[in-house]
Amino acid sequence: MKEWLKKHDTLYFMLTNKRFVGGMIFILSMVTLAILGPWLAKIELRWYLENGVKEALDPTANIGIPYSPPSSQHWLGTNSFGQDVFLQLVYGLRSSLLIGIIGGGLATFIGLVVGFVSGYSGGMIDELLMMLTNIMLVIPTMAVLIIIAAYLPYRGVMIESVIIGFTGWPWTARAVRSETLSLKSRGFVHLARISAVKPMRIIFGEIAPNMLSYVFMVFILQFGGSILAAVGLDFIGLGPTRGTSLGLMLQQAVLWNAIQLGMWWWIIPPGAIITALVAALYTVNTGLDEAFNPKLREM
Amino acid sequence: MDILKVDDLKVYYKTLRGSVKAIDGVTFTIRKGEVLGIAGESGCGKSTLVNFFVLPKEPMYHAGGSVILEDKDITKLSKDELRKIRYEKISIIPQYSMDALSPTKKIRVIIRDIMREHGRHVDYRLVEERLEMVNLSKRVLDMYPVELSGGMRQRATMVVSTLLNPKILIADEITSALDVSTQKFVIEMLMGFMEKKIVDSMVFITHDLSILYQIATRVMILYAGKVVEIGPMEEVIKRPVHPYTKALLYSLPEMNVRFKEKRLEGIPGHPPHLLNPPRGCRFHDRCPIAKNRCEEEEPPMIKVGEDHYVYCWEVKA
Amino acid sequence: MIKIENLTKIYSTGVVGRGGIVAVDDVSFEIKTGEIVSLVGESGSGKTTIGKLILRLIKPTKGKIYFAGREISRYKPLEYYRNVQGVFQDPFSSFNPIYKVDRIFENVNRYLLNLPKSEFWGKVEESLKSVGLNPRDVLGKYPHQMSGGQLQRTLIARALVIGAKFLVADEIISMLDASTRVDVLNILGDLRDSMGLSILFVTHDLSLGYYISDTTVIMYRGSIVEMGDTEKVFKNPVHPYTKMLLESVPTLDRKWKPSEEIFKVEGDVTSFKGGCKYYSRCPFRKDVCREFDGKLSEVEENHWAACILFGGD
Repeated sequence: MKEWLKKHDTLYFMLTNKRFVGGMIFILSMVTLAILGPWLAKIELRWYLENGVKEALDPTANIGIPYSPPSSQHWLGTNSFGQDVFLQLVYGLRSSLLIGIIGGGLATFIGLVVGFVSGYSGGMIDELLMMLTNIMLVIPTMAVLIIIAAYLPYRGVMIESVIIGFTGWPWTARAVRSETLSLKSRGFVHLARISAVKPMRIIFGEIAPNMLSYVFMVFILQFGGSILAAVGLDFIGLGPTRGTSLGLMLQQAVLWNAIQLGMWWWIIPPGAIITALVAALYTVNTGLDEAFNPKLREM
Repeated sequence: MDILKVDDLKVYYKTLRGSVKAIDGVTFTIRKGEVLGIAGESGCGKSTLVNFFVLPKEPMYHAGGSVILEDKDITKLSKDELRKIRYEKISIIPQYSMDALSPTKKIRVIIRDIMREHGRHVDYRLVEERLEMVNLSKRVLDMYPVELSGGMRQRATMVVSTLLNPKILIADEITSALDVSTQKFVIEMLMGFMEKKIVDSMVFITHDLSILYQIATRVMILYAGKVVEIGPMEEVIKRPVHPYTKALLYSLPEMNVRFKEKRLEGIPGHPPHLLNPPRGCRFHDRCPIAKNRCEEEEPPMIKVGEDHYVYCWEVKA
Repeated sequence: MIKIENLTKIYSTGVVGRGGIVAVDDVSFEIKTGEIVSLVGESGSGKTTIGKLILRLIKPTKGKIYFAGREISRYKPLEYYRNVQGVFQDPFSSFNPIYKVDRIFENVNRYLLNLPKSEFWGKVEESLKSVGLNPRDVLGKYPHQMSGGQLQRTLIARALVIGAKFLVADEIISMLDASTRVDVLNILGDLRDSMGLSILFVTHDLSLGYYISDTTVIMYRGSIVEMGDTEKVFKNPVHPYTKMLLESVPTLDRKWKPSEEIFKVEGDVTSFKGGCKYYSRCPFRKDVCREFDGKLSEVEENHWAACILFGGD
């Protein structure tokens, strides 16, 4: 195994990089928590289920006694409405990760396409696309998000992700464009052109695969960025009108004076998870940077 | 008189797959007043060798042998002690000297910092004099390296490297990125440093033997981390002895041959990987006269003329 | 085979394209069938730009290039690239590092040839052998497992598989090791002699040009200063720039003469408008040179130079 790894430098450096491995372990454990969450909740709330409280597994259901601190019945206590904090946390984590994947994925995808096409084609197309990108960059994103979100009467996690994805791509586009510009002048692109290979195939068959590591890093950054953006939206009250999310939990906790009432179990867990998750994503990103960039590798 | 004595020096690179034996038992000296040329193809270890004298950096490491500079073995010095020697005793114009200067500092500041590190004050009269030697005006002092052209930056590096009158100046492939007409000026400027006794000796590294021929007094030919031939420049070019030197010289188009009249031949095969170099002579698999012994045992050093040595089994003294 | 007429390429700088760098300035010459023409120049002379223009990698600002009597922009890409091919300077960047070497051949068959697989790969093996490579050392390998010389030969083999009649060889041996350089040159010479391949050999190294080419074109800052039969240009140079170049080339049979003072002066080369481009560096300059239009005139049969003073002192 070790011998095989040594033949694949990048993989070897990835798996021996403390930042990458540490960050990844945390992220994966959060993903596991999100996946196993509902099942764990069944164990947590078994008393309610045994007593026939059917809506116990609905995170918005007011099932418990309000203001109770953590106990064996409510692992993370209840909030002012008697909702189970652990249950909310698990579902909130799910929606935050979903927003990260969909919002981050969408932003990465749009950024890649715009960046590739702009960088490769040059000329008029490039100037138009870059004009659009720059306009998107200077418009305050939060303001756009507020306006769009306010116009939609019903907002789910999906719509929130899409909004975030459509506003988060410009810097990715610019970075991908400049990377494409430098790859475009490489010999193998010229060689493909004099083999009469079609432009789209050159972009996606020759240039893009060389940027896989880079794209991976961009996605991770966008993933973290989307989660943060969603928390921001939730916090100012423009989050999902249905369901729950980590940002929404924070917003309600602040709204109902959780801090003043000393209800730390309502505010610390979602806050800590968001902070740690985003921090872990950035750590993974720096770890990857070290693994992909031979100059930064530590021997 | 020898200024620098290198004895059985080994410099390896640490990699995941093992040690790359870039310099593997090299012995030579640098004498006062000479221009020693070091020639060889890419990967023969010529740059590793001189960079080891000046800036031994990870993953490069010392794997044996000694380098004696004025009775001191510099392989045993700490990084700080080495830094003191740099610029004062031994100085390098690096291969990518166009990019050797810090881009955020003015030339004046770069010079001041280096002087300060060596506990000296800057003598601007001297600096201007030196700039003039390389055809730069003193305005350059208040410019940032980015404001200079590649050639100007290289010449500024030449001034910075020689400001403390080092005993030995190393020029590492400084002409390979230049146009033919500028190559000549740069080399003439270097020779100016020698003539004015600013530097005592020079080491000139290149893959281009015809450039070396213009300036070097002695030449050392490296192949795959080992010396194959060392001797007076004129003699090595006119009467090469080692089969590698001969083949290399025969493969160079020289403005006196044309394909239609005389076909030159390259050397078949390519140099060995230095992760696991072959036993015996490292050239044996490409050598036209190799015998069984060449595959088994390292070739001995044979004296073939005045000051002219060759490492080969098939050569008679 | 290839005829270049008043070719000009200006790279626009700035957004609106106001500024411009004249890379190639009104250049005309011809490459005959079965001929190797070396295009010699220092950096910034425009030699590589001409190669790119011929390969249609960039568009000319003015002027025309003809292949077999027809303007090259009027060919369909497929038709054109079946005839005109190129090999570039850096062998390692010519191959996509993440694919096996086979990829460049696959692209050729997929887009240019469309031959049945067995026929195509048979042709590939044959071409590889004809450039002195063992197909087993090439096919199925990644580029980083091969040497620069092997990669450049593979690229020449690629042009052979396509059946190109004209090859642009842009500094193809400048990054190779001395001991393998001449072999690649010899391949070019052999292909010319055996199949009548025409080659534009772009180089900064005069001795390589002398060794291999029939005709030499010398460029300085976008213009041709001298051209003609290689033997004549090298043995009887007329233009001061050519003379200076030939004198500066280091060789193993003579030592350099000390440079003349004037060559050391780096004139402000960009601000000068009109007249001979070499004026600011020329040791023989006269006032008439400021009026010179840069046109080539015949020195002898098959030898032209752009110097108003030649024939004089």
